[in-house]
Amino acid sequence: MAVVVNEGPYTHQASDTAYQFTKAALEKGHEIYRVFFYHDGVNNATRLTVPPQDERNVQKNWSELAEKHGLDMVVCIAAAQRRGILDDSEAKRHGKGEGAANLAPGFRISGLGQLIEAGIQADRLVVFGD
Amino acid sequence: MSDTKRFLYVNRKAPHGTVYALESLEVVLIGAAFEQDVSLAFLDDGVFQLIKKQVTTGIGVKNFAPTYRALGDYDVKKVFVERESLEERGLSEDDLMAITHENDDEEDVSSVEIVDRARMAEIMAAQDVILSF
Repeated sequence: MAVVVNEGPYTHQASDTAYQFTKAALEKGHEIYRVFFYHDGVNNATRLTVPPQDERNVQKNWSELAEKHGLDMVVCIAAAQRRGILDDSEAKRHGKGEGAANLAPGFRISGLGQLIEAGIQADRLVVFGD
Repeated sequence: MSDTKRFLYVNRKAPHGTVYALESLEVVLIGAAFEQDVSLAFLDDGVFQLIKKQVTTGIGVKNFAPTYRALGDYDVKKVFVERESLEERGLSEDDLMAITHENDDEEDVSSVEIVDRARMAEIMAAQDVILSF
């Protein structure tokens, strides 16, 4: 299976539901080919979120799930650049200064081709969004 | 990648109030390079995306509407628009921009097909991958 997350954290439930779905699928023994973050979904990939301690940490949930299961979590580069989600090389390339990169662990930035490819390769593509 | 799948991009939102329409179009254009069997569907407020003579200067956002007319160049030849969605919004086929592609005889033919809701459901049921924006 492949999963698409089209909404950001906290405003919308889509990312939480996608996370619960992905986690449950993995625990049932399904293979998750890729999780692709698009639209405001790219905001799930910032390491700079600091939610209150008694709340879930949406970004950390994803990062931990990726580490535990070796998930491939891809953030769309065009959507990410519009919204200020940068990895080291992108931060450098756009002259944003030392330490500006904010991509959280477990995520990687790549192109929309990764979304299409996930649709081709996976038996099912499950979209979470509005 | 040898296998071809049927991809349907479902556009359900008006063009400029949110970014979905623009970013959906970006997926379609990138996806064209993968040589899949691609269709586009416009329903609900998504039918507003195809209204002709859109002018966005007053709201300071990019007018990406002309890009739809280039879909034929990307080998995207199937554009389905839901009749009920048009009617519910006081629109008709005459309000939509022309989207064409070249057929095998090198003639420009319309890519747009107005379909009713039941037919749209059949189109969706026939797909391998549906991306809804």
